Amino acid sequence: MIMADSGSSEEAAVIGNTDITSTESENNIINTMVERGTSLLKKMEISVAEAEKRTGKNTVNMQETYTVYLIEIRQAESATEGGTPAAPDTLWRRYSEFELLRTYLLVTYPYIIIPPLPEKRAEFVWHKLSADNLDPDFVERRRVGLENFLLRVASHPVLSNDNIFFHFLTEEKGWREAVLDTGFQDKVDSRLKSLSAMLRVKSPDRRFTALKQYSDELNAVVSQLLRVRARVADRLYGVYKVHGNYGRVFSEWSAIEKEMGDGLQSAGHHMDTYAASIDDILEEEEHYADQLKEYLFYTDAVRSVCRKHELMQYELEMASQDLAYKKQQKEELVTGTVRIFSLKGMTSKLFGSESQEQRESRLSALEQSIEEGIEAVMEKNTECRDFVRAAWEDIERFKEQKDKDLREALISYAIMQISMCKKGIQVWSNAKECFNKM
Amino acid sequence: MSVGTPRGLASSGQKPITEIPHPLSAAEESLSPGPDVSISSGGDKDLELTNGTLVENSSPASASSTSTSALLSRLQVEDNFEADAADLYATTETRDLFVTVDDPKKHVSTMETYITYRVSTKTTRIEFDLPEYSVRRRYQDFDWLRVKLEETQPTNLIPPLPEKFVMKGVVDRFSEEFVETRMKALDKFLKRVADHPVLSFNPHLNAFLTAKDLNKRQGLALLTKMGESVKHVAGGYKLRARPPEFNAMGEYLDTFSQKLGTIDRIAQRILREQSEYLTELREYASVYSSWAGSEEELQRPLEGVAGCVTTCCGALEDLSENMSQDFLPVLREYVLYTETMKNVLRKRDQSQAEYEGRLEAAVLRKQEDRTPMPLEVEKCQDKMECFNADLKADWERWQCNKRQDFKQLLIGMADKNINYYEKCQTAWESLVTVLQDKQTEDKTSIGSHVPRRSGKSPPLMTASLVQAPWILLDALSDQRKAVGHSPHEDAGTCWESRDLMVGMGMRANRLKDRAAETFDIFVNSFFHYIPGYKSSKLLGYTVYILTKIYNINIFFLA
Repeated sequence: MIMADSGSSEEAAVIGNTDITSTESENNIINTMVERGTSLLKKMEISVAEAEKRTGKNTVNMQETYTVYLIEIRQAESATEGGTPAAPDTLWRRYSEFELLRTYLLVTYPYIIIPPLPEKRAEFVWHKLSADNLDPDFVERRRVGLENFLLRVASHPVLSNDNIFFHFLTEEKGWREAVLDTGFQDKVDSRLKSLSAMLRVKSPDRRFTALKQYSDELNAVVSQLLRVRARVADRLYGVYKVHGNYGRVFSEWSAIEKEMGDGLQSAGHHMDTYAASIDDILEEEEHYADQLKEYLFYTDAVRSVCRKHELMQYELEMASQDLAYKKQQKEELVTGTVRIFSLKGMTSKLFGSESQEQRESRLSALEQSIEEGIEAVMEKNTECRDFVRAAWEDIERFKEQKDKDLREALISYAIMQISMCKKGIQVWSNAKECFNKM
Repeated sequence: MSVGTPRGLASSGQKPITEIPHPLSAAEESLSPGPDVSISSGGDKDLELTNGTLVENSSPASASSTSTSALLSRLQVEDNFEADAADLYATTETRDLFVTVDDPKKHVSTMETYITYRVSTKTTRIEFDLPEYSVRRRYQDFDWLRVKLEETQPTNLIPPLPEKFVMKGVVDRFSEEFVETRMKALDKFLKRVADHPVLSFNPHLNAFLTAKDLNKRQGLALLTKMGESVKHVAGGYKLRARPPEFNAMGEYLDTFSQKLGTIDRIAQRILREQSEYLTELREYASVYSSWAGSEEELQRPLEGVAGCVTTCCGALEDLSENMSQDFLPVLREYVLYTETMKNVLRKRDQSQAEYEGRLEAAVLRKQEDRTPMPLEVEKCQDKMECFNADLKADWERWQCNKRQDFKQLLIGMADKNINYYEKCQTAWESLVTVLQDKQTEDKTSIGSHVPRRSGKSPPLMTASLVQAPWILLDALSDQRKAVGHSPHEDAGTCWESRDLMVGMGMRANRLKDRAAETFDIFVNSFFHYIPGYKSSKLLGYTVYILTKIYNINIFFLA
C-alpha cells in the first residue's frame, strides 16, 4: 500500500492499518495508477462525478430512459500556485459511448489488454440486491466502474496517448463522428476469420497458449467465486434479520416484567440495531465483488489478444505456405516434373503441352509472384514479431497489475470482515450490558 | 392431617409427615436443633421460610384457637416478606445440602437398556446419617421423586423435569448430546429441590439421595397418583372470585409462556439459518483454495483467505452447538416450569372453591340449626390460606430464580456471540498483517517475475478436473434458472463447461495437445457462434460422448 510505507516495519503500525476502510483501500489502487503516472494523468485529474437520468428518442423513435454520466476534467495544478482552482471541464456521456470508445481501442490496439467496462446488467445478484438497471445503487456502482475504466486507460503507457480517447474526455459534440471517421470498423477481424485461424494455426507461441488457458481458468474460478459469494451474502442476510425478531419479543416481554423490564427493552433495541447493520455490511461487500468482476471481464480482453495473435500467426503461416507452394510450382515448371496435381498439368497431359512462350510467360509471372510472396512473408513475420513483443510487454504489465490489485482487493475484503466482526462485538457487548442490568 | 407441612421445622428423622406434630400444639416438644432452624429466634435465615403475608382473608373467629393462633403467630413472626426475597441469596452461604448429578452410564439388561446417573450428596444436616452419599439413579427414579413431592407438598411449586418421552425415531436416547442435555436438566432439578427451604426437607428426597434401592417404593406411586387425580376431579366446586394477585399471576404466566415459545422459535430459526450459512461458507472457502491452485503470486493470499473463512466456519459451528445445547433446553425447561406453576394455581383455585362451597353450605345450615362452625370448614379455610401463603412465597422465589436464570442465559448467549466474532476477527487480522508485510516486502523486490506456466500443466489440470464435473453440473443447473438472463451470463457458464470438455479431453490422454485444442475450439465454436441455442451445452456434451463412443477422428472435424 502506498500509504503504508511509513509504518511498514512496525507491528503496531501495520495493525493500525486495519482500521482503514475498504474505500480507502480502493483509493490506494487508484493512487497506484496515478503514481505510475502517465503524462496524461500528470496534466489532468479525471473523475466521473455524477449520474443523471434522461429521456430521449432512440434509434427506433421510441421514448427511452437512459442514464448519463458526468465526466469532470480538472487541470492538475500544484497547490503552491495558490488561488482558487479553475472550474472543471465537464461533459456528459452515455454508457453506449463508453462502449464505442472501448471497441475502438480494441480494434486499434489489438496487442493491448484493454481495460473492461463495468457490467451492463446486474449479474451475480443476491436476492435483496436489485437487478434493475435504474436502481440508484446499481447506477452508483456503475459510475465508480466507469471512472475506474477511464483511469485505467489514462494510466496505460500506450492507451493514454490516443487522440480519440483525449477527445472523448474533452469534446462532447462530434466525438461520435470522429470515432467513426477513423474507419476502425473496417479493421475489425471477422469472426469467421478468427475462428478458422484458431482451428488451423499450426504453431502458435506457447506462451500465448498457456496464457489463454490461464485466462480461461481464471474466468471459471472467479465466476464461481462470485456466485458462491452471492449465496453466502443471502444466507448471512437471513441470519442477521431473524435476530431482529428478538427485538420485538424482548420488547413485548419487558412489558410484563418488573425488574427485568428495562434491561430487556434496551437489549431489544440492540438486537434491532444488529439486524439493521447487515444492509451496510453487504453493500460494502459489493465493492469487493466489483473488483473481482473487473478481473473477470479482463479475462475476455486477454483472450482477444491471444486470438489476435493466433490470427496473425495463421496469416503468416498461410503466407509461408503459399510461398512454398509457388516455389514448388516454379520448380516443376522448370524441371518439367509434375509433382503437384494441378488442372494445368492435367490439361496439358490431355490436350498436349503448351508452347515455349506460354511456358516462359508463366514462369516469369510465377517468379514475380514469388517475389511478392517473399515480401509478404517478411512483412507478416515482422508484424508478428512486433505484435508478440508489444503484446508480451503489455501482458507482463497486466500480470503485475493484476497481482497487485487482487491482493489489495483481498486485503480490503479482510478489512471489511474485521469491521463486521467489530460491529458484532460492539452490539453484543451492549446487549450483554443490558442483560447485566436485568 | 391435611394441613400443609409445618413451616421451618426440620423433620425429625425419617418419620412420615403425618406423624410430625403440629408445631404449636405441642409447644414443649423439643425441636430438632438444626443449626439454621428455630421458629422463635426470628433470625433472618428462618424468616424467609415462613412466607405468609398478612392475609386479608377473614380470619375466622373460631374456637379452634390452636389453628388460628398458629396461623397468627406464624404470620407475626413475619416481617416484610419482600426483604426476605432479597435475602434468598444470602442463604446460599449457609446452604448445607449440596447435590450433583453426573457420570452417565449405560446399563444393558435383558429387559431393557437405560442410562443411570451418579447422584452425589454432601451435607451437614442431621436428617442424614452420613455426611456424604453417592448413589446411582435413572430417570424413572427422578420421576418418582417428583411425583412424591407433588403429592406430599401439593401447595408448593415443584421444579420441572426434562421431557419424559422422546420419539424413538427422531431422537437418539443414547446419543452423547441428548444424555448430556438431560443430565444437566436433572442436575438443575435436583439443585432446585435441594435449595428449596421446604422441599429439601422432604423425606422422599432424603430417600432418593441415600437409599440403595428405591424400587420398593415405586410401586405405590402409581396408585397414589391416581388417587390424587380422582380427588381433584371429584372436587367440583366452583370458584367465585379469585383474588386479584392470583389473577395477575395467571395472566403473567400465560403471556410469559407465550413469549418463551416465541423466543424458542426464533432461536431455532437462527440455528437453521446459521447452518445454511455454514454450508455456503464452506463452499466459499474451497473456491478460494482452488483459485490459489492456479496462481503464483496470489497463491499465499488466496490460501490465507481460504484459511480464514474455514476458521470462521469452525467458530460458527461452535456457536451453533453451544446455543442448541445450552440455550434451548433452558427455555424449554421454563416452559415446563410455567405449566407446573399453572397447575399449582389451579389447585389453589380448587382449594379456595372447596372452602367457599363448604362455607356457604355451613352458613346455610347454621342459620337454620344454630350449630357452631364445623371443624371441616375451618380446616378448609386453613388449607386454603396455607396454600395461598405457600404459593405466594414460592412465586416470589420462582420469580427470583427466573430472573437469575434468564439473566445468566442471555448473558451467556451474548458471550458466545462475542466469542464467535472475536475468533473471526483474530483470524482476519492475522491475515491482514501477513498480507501487508508481504506487500511491503514485494515493493522492494520488483522485477523478479517467474515465467509462468512452465511445467505446471498437470497439477492444474487435475485441479480443474476435480472441479470440472461439479462446475458443469453447477453451470447446467444455473442455466435452467437462467432463462431470460443476459447473454453474458450464458457466456460465463459456457466457459465452465468448456473447462470440463478441455479437462476430459486431456484426460483421454490419447489426444495430443493439438487435437485437444482442436476439440476445444470445436466445442467453443458450438457454444459461442451458434447464438441463442440454449441447449447447446447439452448438445455439445452429447456430441462429445458420441465421438468417444464411436471413436470418430477429431481431426476430421477440423
